[in-house]
Amino acid sequence: MSTPLNEEKLSYLIEKSSKARHLIIQTVHHAGAGHIGGPMSASDVLVNLYFNEMNVNPENPADEQRDRFVLSKGHSAIGLYAVLALRGYFPIEELQTFDSLNSRLQAHPDMNTLPGLDMSTGSLGQGISAAVGMALGAKLQNKEFRTYCMIGDGESQEGQVWEAADIASKYKLDNLVVILDFNKLQQFGWQGKGASRATPINEPKQRWEAFGWHVIEIDGHNHQEISKALSHAREVTGKPVMIISNTVKGKGVSFMEGDYLWHSRIPTAEELSSASEELEMGVQK
Amino acid sequence: MKSLLSKDQVSMRDVFGETLLKLSLESDKVYAIDGDLANSTKIDAVAKGNPSRFLQMGIAEQNMMSVAAGLAATGLQPWAATFAAFLSKRAIDQIQVQIAQPKLDVKMIGAYSGLLTGVTGKTHQSLEDIAIFRSLANMVVLAPADSTEVGRMMEFAHKYEGPVYMRLARDPYPIIFNEDYHFEFGKAVHLKEGTDITIISTGTQTSRSLAAAEQLEADGISVAVIHMPTIKPLDKEAIVKAAENTGVIVTAEEHSIYGGLGSAVAEVLVEEKPVPMLRVGVKDLNSESAKNDDLLEKYEISSGHIVKRVKEALTKKNSSI
Repeated sequence: MSTPLNEEKLSYLIEKSSKARHLIIQTVHHAGAGHIGGPMSASDVLVNLYFNEMNVNPENPADEQRDRFVLSKGHSAIGLYAVLALRGYFPIEELQTFDSLNSRLQAHPDMNTLPGLDMSTGSLGQGISAAVGMALGAKLQNKEFRTYCMIGDGESQEGQVWEAADIASKYKLDNLVVILDFNKLQQFGWQGKGASRATPINEPKQRWEAFGWHVIEIDGHNHQEISKALSHAREVTGKPVMIISNTVKGKGVSFMEGDYLWHSRIPTAEELSSASEELEMGVQK
Repeated sequence: MKSLLSKDQVSMRDVFGETLLKLSLESDKVYAIDGDLANSTKIDAVAKGNPSRFLQMGIAEQNMMSVAAGLAATGLQPWAATFAAFLSKRAIDQIQVQIAQPKLDVKMIGAYSGLLTGVTGKTHQSLEDIAIFRSLANMVVLAPADSTEVGRMMEFAHKYEGPVYMRLARDPYPIIFNEDYHFEFGKAVHLKEGTDITIISTGTQTSRSLAAAEQLEADGISVAVIHMPTIKPLDKEAIVKAAENTGVIVTAEEHSIYGGLGSAVAEVLVEEKPVPMLRVGVKDLNSESAKNDDLLEKYEISSGHIVKRVKEALTKKNSSI
């Protein structure tokens, strides 16, 4: 059974989430390119994975026994880079090279350039299959490491996601945890406002259960719930685990939240400053 | 002239299955990956002989190739086999992003390449796979001429750390290489000397090129035959030398004339040693299901068509002097 995070750990994680969001917005502003909404919806789960859940060591990023993480929604790369920088994989200043020539921080993750990236992604639907391969590889070689993967709800329109779902369940990969960053929006999607723009994955719980997965639903911005779900996933046997992480696209900055246009808009200097203020206030709250 | 073609015919796919079984028994890291075609590709040899090394991925090629990438990322060496048409066209983005670009140790077997795929027609034939795989950075592209070479190439591919594509054929072909044959990666194989013209062939067209050469010799034409088992990286030096020696080239492949061996050879000649050349391959056409001999004739890749193209090429050579 999992014990709740103590106050100290909880505020530590909340602070890291806020810092990660801050770095995302600053980096995209600096680079004049990149995605905002998806990385911000994913931030809390990414922080929880790297600062609470996974067995990783930034000093030895290629350790064979390390837990693996695959960012299948590869366009949220800057969210992962912010968390990796905060975790000590590379200097925070290196974020300023994001998206520029010869940078290790490519627009979409490149496992050959940056130590700490376990798979190259960016073309949607592929990362989850590679994570299935890693979890299967661990089972075949009797290795203890666990594999984590984050997919998007827009990404789940790719048929390959469901091919992977089939095989993970067939091979009973209970060492695999996939998190659906369920922010309900995608780059453009369907026309209209509010729910009419939502991605067509209305019943993810039923869908993943039908594919033979153990499904947990959480508020993906609540570190207590994220930690609890990840601990619970360790106790599941014979099935892969899907955590449906209900999130808000652009989470943490009021004028970005729930607006599909912030999928990849570049914040102006004024927007950056008011976003920073809000994020700081959010931590104090 | 003594024939270079044995009367014994063996299927590449049989030797592929046997060799993979042997590799899986010798090495901890070798796994067979199937997309529900094991009894066609003959990767079922591993399912029968070493079942714990056989992974069924179902009829889902995109997932299959990304899973292979994930397996390789944990230190294993997956050998994924399916029809060349599906590997090269259904799963090519997965192969590029997750196998070729990161240079992962995945071996890709395009079984049933070319036109002769057991009367299955347009969807199951593969006339574009060389062009597609050759265009990917980090990719090695191999096309054996007989079953002996299949085994030797697989030994090489097992030791080579990185992505390798091998294009195999369904039906039996004459044995060209004896047991002493050593596959040399990236090197052309000089099968027959000749002074008037050089045929550069790959894969299944090598035995048809040798048959064509025998007929041409009977007509008094001295033909050199070079087999290109490695299409990428290509042995440029051998091509340039052939151009210098005979002054005219004909290429032959069971593939489209676009982007395959003929294109690769033309690229080298144009930049290094321009001489007249003609290609034997499937023209800008969609193919169909039919008996092997009928397909070879209609799509103009039989040994008879190689003879015809060689004679046309010689006319070009003589008119260009």
